[in-house]
Amino acid sequence: MKQPLQLQINGESRQMLVEPFYSLLDCLRDEAQLTGAKKGCDEGDCGACTVLMDGQPVTSCLVLAHSAHHADITTIEGLASVAALSPVQRAFVEHGGLQCGFCIPGLIMSATGFLQSNPNPTEEDVRFAIGGNLCRCTGYARVVEAIMAAAAEMRAAQ
Amino acid sequence: MARFNYLEPHSLDEALRMLADGGDGVRLVAGSTDFLIRWRTGFWRPDAVVCMQHVPGLDAISFNDADGLSLGAMATVQAIEQHDVIRQRYPALAAGATAFAGVQVRNLATIGGNACNASPAGDTLPALLAYDAQCRIVGPAGERWLPLTEFFQGPGRTALQPGEILTELRLPPPPPRTGGLYIKHSPRGAMDISAIGAAAVVSLADDGACRRVSIALGAVAPVPMRANAAEGRLIGQQPTAANIAEAARIAAQSTNPISDVRSGAGYRRDMVQVLTQRTLQHAVATAAGGPAPFGELRRLALQTAI
Repeated sequence: MKQPLQLQINGESRQMLVEPFYSLLDCLRDEAQLTGAKKGCDEGDCGACTVLMDGQPVTSCLVLAHSAHHADITTIEGLASVAALSPVQRAFVEHGGLQCGFCIPGLIMSATGFLQSNPNPTEEDVRFAIGGNLCRCTGYARVVEAIMAAAAEMRAAQ
Repeated sequence: MARFNYLEPHSLDEALRMLADGGDGVRLVAGSTDFLIRWRTGFWRPDAVVCMQHVPGLDAISFNDADGLSLGAMATVQAIEQHDVIRQRYPALAAGATAFAGVQVRNLATIGGNACNASPAGDTLPALLAYDAQCRIVGPAGERWLPLTEFFQGPGRTALQPGEILTELRLPPPPPRTGGLYIKHSPRGAMDISAIGAAAVVSLADDGACRRVSIALGAVAPVPMRANAAEGRLIGQQPTAANIAEAARIAAQSTNPISDVRSGAGYRRDMVQVLTQRTLQHAVATAAGGPAPFGELRRLALQTAI
């Protein structure tokens, strides 16, 4: 039976009725109507469902929705303001770090979480940080370029 | 789809009561990374889960020179990977943690969950064995301590009795002049299950001989295992290339691998020899001067090609 659940999503408190066996991903997509996080494998392997919990990237398909009430959850919908994309989103656009786009919300959430704690990464650090995100189109080269460029821009803006 | 109820204890006593009341129908979950996958396949079909994430204090990591390292069972693999003292004093464990899945899973998965899942291929487990981890287990009858070597009973099977909870892993302080490394060998660098994993920890005496040696292997037997005969071959000996090679050969003989989608049994046995030799060489080389910088440790820990 669905149970009441209050989650902090993108700075808003959301009250929902959620099945006890729902993953955070199912809760975000089916109950909160936030479909940016994608269901690729539903096994934690592809990273398309990545969101931030208290700033840390997690595969939301492996999180029990009801266990997440303590955390600040950020989804791809929470990054851009009305006026502007986030620096990471903008860098993906400017560097062509995307093709079909299915994996991109997850990649951008991984990159965003990573750059918050590692503002000055090497390319090797970036590749390690996105090791849990599968992309079958880009070959990752421009994705890595975009994340390095976003890091440089965010450092310059400090 | 089998439904389950969600139970959330806020103390260890409450968790123990929920386990006792629920009997066989309840399953304890830690990071839920293994649980949700196995529930979706229908392999696990509990009536209820007891989620340990909101029991305070179970994720603590602490170190002191007398007692060594205490890892709360709910400490995440990422917290272990990032921990400076672990990188310095328990580099094989830091290597196992960094070789583990990807960052999104490391942020959820816990050290206690990895132990209780009891996969022969669990990436933190060889290092825990190599550092002589002890398990603190709390249950209806109170508390008991068990060496991790006795905790693993078979693939997915542990020494936990009904109603018991693994709450802490304790690793004694390594002696001075100790080095260590874990190497994970898998076809893909990230997000893959180990085809073979090997950890070695070596402590040198003042005359340069091996005072203490531990070799632990993953994915080459029904449980993560210590290679005792290979350790015995090196203890008290100088860590010469010939002695290390001989110990690695004995380690390979002591395994009992299967053939599966990730490797043939023969390949696994051959690679145990290669990886054991490399981890021993690295452990000896870094025993005096301290561990390699973490970036180098990370590169060494993940070997996609031999």
